[in-house]
Amino acid sequence: MNRQANNGDGTKVRQKGEKHYVMIYSRYERFWHWSQALLIFTLFYTGLGLHGLHDWMDFHLAVTIHTYAALALIVLWIFTTFWNFTTGQWRQYLFKEGVIKVIRFYAYGILVGEPHPYKKGLQRKQNALQSLAYMSFMLLIGPALWSSGIIYLLYDFWSGYDWSNQGLTLIAFVHTAAAYLMGTFVIIHIYMTTTGKTPTHYIKTMISGYDNVELTEAEKAYIEETHAISMKD
Amino acid sequence: MHLQRLLVIKSGIRACMYALLLAIPLSPPQASDSPVSHEAPVDSDMNFRIVEDTKPSIRDDGESTADHTKFEVLQGPFESGPEVTKACLSCHTEAGRHFMQSIHWTWEYDHPETGQKLGKKTLINTFCTNAKGNEGMCAQCHAGYGWKDENFDFTNQDNIDCLVCHDRTGAYYKTPNSTGNKACSVMFEGKQPIPWEKVAQNVGKPGRENCGACHFYGGGGDGVKHGDLDSSLKSPNRELDVHMDAQGLNFACTTCHVTRQHLLAGSRYNVMAHDTEGLGLPGERRDVATCESCHSDTPHSNTELTGIKLNGHVDKIACQTCHIPTIARGGVATKTDWDWRTAGRTKNGEGFKEKHYTQGNGAHRATYKSIKGSFEYGENLVPHYDWFDGQMIYTTIDTTFDPAKGPVEINGYKGTHDDGRSRIWPFKRMHTVQPYDKGNNTLVYMHLWGDDEDAYWGNYDFGRAIKVGMQRNNIPYSGEYDFVETYSFWPITHMVAPSEDALACNECHSREGRLNDLEGFYMPGRDSFRWLDILGYLALAGALIGVLLHGLLRKLFSRKNRQGDTS
Repeated sequence: MNRQANNGDGTKVRQKGEKHYVMIYSRYERFWHWSQALLIFTLFYTGLGLHGLHDWMDFHLAVTIHTYAALALIVLWIFTTFWNFTTGQWRQYLFKEGVIKVIRFYAYGILVGEPHPYKKGLQRKQNALQSLAYMSFMLLIGPALWSSGIIYLLYDFWSGYDWSNQGLTLIAFVHTAAAYLMGTFVIIHIYMTTTGKTPTHYIKTMISGYDNVELTEAEKAYIEETHAISMKD
Repeated sequence: MHLQRLLVIKSGIRACMYALLLAIPLSPPQASDSPVSHEAPVDSDMNFRIVEDTKPSIRDDGESTADHTKFEVLQGPFESGPEVTKACLSCHTEAGRHFMQSIHWTWEYDHPETGQKLGKKTLINTFCTNAKGNEGMCAQCHAGYGWKDENFDFTNQDNIDCLVCHDRTGAYYKTPNSTGNKACSVMFEGKQPIPWEKVAQNVGKPGRENCGACHFYGGGGDGVKHGDLDSSLKSPNRELDVHMDAQGLNFACTTCHVTRQHLLAGSRYNVMAHDTEGLGLPGERRDVATCESCHSDTPHSNTELTGIKLNGHVDKIACQTCHIPTIARGGVATKTDWDWRTAGRTKNGEGFKEKHYTQGNGAHRATYKSIKGSFEYGENLVPHYDWFDGQMIYTTIDTTFDPAKGPVEINGYKGTHDDGRSRIWPFKRMHTVQPYDKGNNTLVYMHLWGDDEDAYWGNYDFGRAIKVGMQRNNIPYSGEYDFVETYSFWPITHMVAPSEDALACNECHSREGRLNDLEGFYMPGRDSFRWLDILGYLALAGALIGVLLHGLLRKLFSRKNRQGDTS
């Protein structure tokens, strides 16, 4: 079925290639995303409890869950880093031009019904703002959390030094601050998923992996020839 | 009814005591059978070292290579303690020399690190305040015979009391070494004579009741002083003390307080607050009483997360802090507050007492005594916690202090969170209001015990008792006394609960936890960064409000756009 016919009305702008319903988020990518989401929620919830902001969970249990979830997330991130580099997907996160345009779109254009200034493609799954956000997630918030978290976890190895008290305070500060940033990121991230064609479009995409994206002739030919990427139409 | 429990009351004051005893509900069921008789029940805090259960707490382990009933020298007859001691030392030829090095004999301790001269012989405490000058009474708990004044011969081995520690019959007891005023001496009357031969032939390693005869009753009554040592430890259950559990491990005191040449491990004057050596292998150090000496310094399982995390606490938290959740748990209360100011009230010229505290085991405890003042008690108490490096600095008779600066710490402890040695320890904190020398700002020796006119326990005259107490010990006294608040601190180490009753993490790791008073360090769950939290909340709330507003605008505009489209 040709999807392009369905959304023909409003989007007849700058069409370079045909749109096709292809798997843009591979099985591993989705597994990464959702297990990471689950772990981050778990860590945030237990972390708030450990920070003393709620006592809806026994401290002992919260420490246990927080620690195991952190270890699991670290393992996941190690795998994902490997995956990103072996598949070349890391390039998706590189800085792209047009950030201002995208910001302008979300601040204004989206309200008045302008089309999104960015077109998704197989090699450009994220818009410029997304790339920037995910890049800072992976290079700033994430590392701040896992590095401070690992040092925190290994407290007993350095608790004997003179500076351990100041060290613990600093580490706790960095970890807490990064956690607040992570929470802020997640709130905005979740909201942004509702800005697709329909409020649940992006979430469905992240579950099924398929989205309607423009393919160049070469990409289409390559897919049809090799079946390297699943395409439903 | 065991005869030792009986208090036979004979003279004038007794009528008054008697009326009082009858006026209050009495707990021992045996007593209610014959309320009108000459046998009054044991007063829970008068005849304070008498126990109902005289069975030995420790089963004979069959280890002894000698049956003392078979020794000719022990056949008697014996008329006194020193005669028995002579017999003991005729075989145990070096025991006397060994024992004379012990603090149980010297009552002196020269602190190797602080240089202070300590020991019961000279120290001031927050209970009856001073043994010095009152040895006639206080030296009941000296492991010797006849110490009633400075003339006691500390070099005579015959004066050693072997039996108080080694009697296994429960029939041995000690009484004051001198006659006190009638206000006190009644409590020691009417006891069964000691069957010396039986006692001498039934000696063995000390059981809990031997050590407990003094250590359970420190401060002048059951559980008064320590909070973690009282008569409930004679036969405790597992919940009260997992090691001394009479039906379980049934440890004697000496199982941990290992002895070498009659010297016991585990000094309160020089506490090993942080044992970093842990287990002693054969040939290595073994004469220590620390938890670590059996349990190592990684006592929790190192193969699971919780255990690893708990082992990580060992460098900062004493084992006792988590494993002794509360003190005075055995049905015996501990004294928490003592106010000497109210002492000396009389009724019809006689001293009296009021018993308005009923403890867990049903016994009534005096809340007022003419001879001592007013008391408060506590049971299942949450200890006082603080950093402790094992050293205590004592306020001795020659320490001057500023009474305006709040409570004087009789034995202030040393230790901080950042000295690299201290750990957080539990203490029983005792609060007392006691006399001091107003002119010299020092503590005082009181002359409490004696059958003379100057003894406070008789004349109820502080001025005179202090003047004489100071004079007799050659301490300068300004002639004016007043009362000062004091604290004393008793490191807690007994009444170790089973592991399942150890403190949960959130007892400390929470905003309102047990360690809220300790400052200067970051503790997860308790501490936070105020400004960071405010900024964090603002960021989270800002993001939330921001996206909701954005969503609302989208909704409004899309409606408008749609209308625009249709128009």
